[in-house]
Amino acid sequence: MVSHELTTPDLKSERRVRHAPRFFNMNRLTPYFFLAPAGAVLAVALLYPIGYMIYASFLSWNPSQRIHEADWIGLRNYTNLLKDPNFIESFFVTLKFASVVVTLEMVIGVGLALLLDRKIRGMSVLRTIFILPMMIAPIVVGLMWRYMYHPSVGILNRTLKGWGLDPIPWLSDPDWALPSVIIADVWQWTPFIFILSLAALQSLPQSALEASRIDGASTWQQIIHIKLPLMLPVLIIAGLLRLIDAFKVLEVILVLTNGGPGLSTEILSLRISRTTSEFRELGEAAAMSNYLLLLLLIITLGMFLFNKVMDMRQQRLRAAAQEAG
Amino acid sequence: MSAPATNEQRADIFFYGFLIALVVISLGPIVLMLLTSLRLKVDIVSDTASLIFLPTMRNYETVLCNILWYTPQHVEYCNPTFGRALGNSLFVATVSTGITLVFGCMAAYGIVRFRFLGRGTVSLTTLLMRMVPPAVLLVPVFGIWSFNFCFGEDACLAGTHGGIVLIYVAMNLPFVIWILQSFIKQVPIQLEEAAKMDGANAFQVFFLVVLPVIKPGLAAAAIFTFRIAWNEFLLANALLDRSTRTVPVTLVNSLTEHDIDWGVIMATGMLLAIPPIIFTFIASRQIITGMTAGAVKG
Repeated sequence: MVSHELTTPDLKSERRVRHAPRFFNMNRLTPYFFLAPAGAVLAVALLYPIGYMIYASFLSWNPSQRIHEADWIGLRNYTNLLKDPNFIESFFVTLKFASVVVTLEMVIGVGLALLLDRKIRGMSVLRTIFILPMMIAPIVVGLMWRYMYHPSVGILNRTLKGWGLDPIPWLSDPDWALPSVIIADVWQWTPFIFILSLAALQSLPQSALEASRIDGASTWQQIIHIKLPLMLPVLIIAGLLRLIDAFKVLEVILVLTNGGPGLSTEILSLRISRTTSEFRELGEAAAMSNYLLLLLLIITLGMFLFNKVMDMRQQRLRAAAQEAG
Repeated sequence: MSAPATNEQRADIFFYGFLIALVVISLGPIVLMLLTSLRLKVDIVSDTASLIFLPTMRNYETVLCNILWYTPQHVEYCNPTFGRALGNSLFVATVSTGITLVFGCMAAYGIVRFRFLGRGTVSLTTLLMRMVPPAVLLVPVFGIWSFNFCFGEDACLAGTHGGIVLIYVAMNLPFVIWILQSFIKQVPIQLEEAAKMDGANAFQVFFLVVLPVIKPGLAAAAIFTFRIAWNEFLLANALLDRSTRTVPVTLVNSLTEHDIDWGVIMATGMLLAIPPIIFTFIASRQIITGMTAGAVKG
């Protein structure tokens, strides 16, 4: 049954292939006309800049120079960065931020989904409410949290004071700044994991759950042995997407702490932006960008390969089912 | 008989209580921003801040003073920055959305109907584009836009609306192509063939037959593009000058002032947040699809 449903669209597209040449044969150039504008924009405003950046990372270049006036220094930007303690610290702050944020969001998001897994009336309204934090400009999210973290007018310290507790130096203390920034990100992005895993949970095959219930599995056994393994593909994708985005976070931290105090919250994106505008070392900033891109490329390709493997496994299963049936 | 019922009721109370708590956490900061934007500065700073206060539109009047049809009485000096930035933001976001949609639609159609690049290529490009942090584009875009893309002596793309629109269009195109091709795939080829039979050429088929059918996809793509152009800060900050700045840039600039007037800033933040909030209420389902673009099947 399943395999039949899945193969029908393919047949249709086969027919489409045979149709296409006869259909548009009057003008072979038509497809190029359709693709040209998008292709041109992507080439000029995306491929060219990225190529330019790779080239610039081998230069000692400051913003007052034209690029052809800059000196070629080979790999020195890259080796200098590896020796630069500030860059290393910023790199580890980024790793710490990304890993903590993604772990927390996964645990809380999936936990909430498991806890709230039942038919909810008005789910679409709830979904809308939970998406709001992700849609609002990151600048505004930073602004809201900066206000809440404010030492005297902020609601958090006012509440603490009301309870007779000591105020917390949310953003001004190097030990508190990173947790504060993490809290803001968790607030903004946990709903993403929650919504995706709730959708995955509610589309699980009911037969497996029922079978386990008949076999007398407890709620916990059901979660660990059936629900989580079946949700795993979705969870891995959601986690990887969050990981990519966590490396891109910039505006929220810029508004909250601007990387301070000291370097305690200076993630790589922020350091690139500061190296460009404050230290005026464009070549170094480009080399830094390349390190960051390389890291993200590995994660993205990992995700792409994972998708491919899942696809192939599904196809194998389908083929096996077809042979059997 | 009644024991299990109360158990269930207790579970219900727990469940809905929990749900309400989540909603409060989710909405709390946004509501707090709204409330602050409706307060006077004295109310915000006073120690006895309470939930009960007289809401006022004064902060909004201060922000929008130069585009209001009347002159607010309490504004001594009208700072035109925010009003101008709001106009800039609207212009940049609308124009880049329009161009992205037209180009993206054409490309998606070309890819699907003429069997150009495979679906895998589009997905991978979308994913790769999503991976690029705006900070990475900072150096090259700054360099190219201010030195290479120049017309004549001093007129370069940097500082113009056109320059920022170009980069926003490029940033959004892969995603828009990805989402639109899944919609175009669903347009029956027979529909196009019928139009063809009636003597329409390829472009007429595209604009008169395909476009009307894929409206929902266009709406979702438009919301995403608009939101990114509307919210973006980093590149706008690097490229735009005093007269072409968008709202996020002016907002961050005003945060560096010594004596922050939270009421006015929150009013600006609210104005910046309103369009995305409206979009969320229109199309929450498509937004989730869009946020996983390239990674899942569309």
